[in-house]
Amino acid sequence: MTELTDIWVYLASEPLLWLTATLGAYLAGDALFKASGRMPLVNPVLIAVALLALVLWATRTPYPVYFEGAKFVHFMLGPATVALAVPLWANLGQVRKTAVPMAAALLAGSVTAMVSALALGWVFGLRGEVLLSLAPKSATAPVALGISEAIGGLPTLTAVLVILTGIIGAVFVTPLLNLLRIRDWRARGFATGVAAHGIGTARAFQVNETAGAFAGIGMGVNAVLTAVLAPLIISLFF
Amino acid sequence: MIWAIFVLLAAQLVGEVIARSLGLLVPGPVLGLLLLLAALLLVPKLADSIRPTASGLLSHLSLLFVPAGVGVVAHLDVLGANVGALLAALVLSTLLAIVVGALVFVGVARLMGPGGND
Repeated sequence: MTELTDIWVYLASEPLLWLTATLGAYLAGDALFKASGRMPLVNPVLIAVALLALVLWATRTPYPVYFEGAKFVHFMLGPATVALAVPLWANLGQVRKTAVPMAAALLAGSVTAMVSALALGWVFGLRGEVLLSLAPKSATAPVALGISEAIGGLPTLTAVLVILTGIIGAVFVTPLLNLLRIRDWRARGFATGVAAHGIGTARAFQVNETAGAFAGIGMGVNAVLTAVLAPLIISLFF
Repeated sequence: MIWAIFVLLAAQLVGEVIARSLGLLVPGPVLGLLLLLAALLLVPKLADSIRPTASGLLSHLSLLFVPAGVGVVAHLDVLGANVGALLAALVLSTLLAIVVGALVFVGVARLMGPGGND
């Protein structure tokens, strides 16, 4: 059996294995998503993450070893963010027309995200740095970490809360807005980007390109507004 | 395709350099997005050459969050004893923010009258 062990030692030390596993898990998640008739609860990210976490646990693989392979996928987030400029440019006419509704929705969505997270967290018994870590949860991860540190939260906790927020938004946005009978793709996408950043934006692109473009704008402008408002809101309440 | 990837990476690179040298809180890729948008406004023809790659990348945006998502599972212990309270606050607050944002958008667009709703 030494041969098998040798093969495992080789695979475990190379990025190839976990890069392939990441793509495979996503393809499995995407196939299940399509087989379910695109049910929002069958979220491809959620399935892929669950599958990979299970495999890492079963093979006792530490996260840094996994990330050596997965970092190539993670790296593409940067160029993908830049690529949002293309649908934004293509929808610029619509964007100009809806500048006022967007500004109003941005302010309302951003303040609601922060104040309700702090208020609900407080009601549920959270205090101190754990409570403060909740405030920037709707901003995109790199911005949220900086804000968390600046307002006295725990950046590591905020990182986890930000990703969970994105997954929650992606899973619930479609049934929620269908229930409220909001059919305007611009409104649906924009609100999703403000409340659930990149993961919400990814979900919006699965549904409709206009929604995706507006979600991308929502994510970008909320990153800036959260950075400005979070310290103000914290100083008002604490 | 290589050209398109080069344009995306170059915009991100310039964005990172600006963000870091000025100490901005806005991430480099977001500045890169604005730079590319400016470039598209100046040279609309640029869109034809980068659109296929950009759409391909964006249609699988979900995939790119998988490594970070696995990281969350690996670090779930930071939620500690507060896991219930944190999850409840996250779910309610996120749903509330989506509803308020979408309703305000639709409401204000309607107040501004026809023409904003096509």
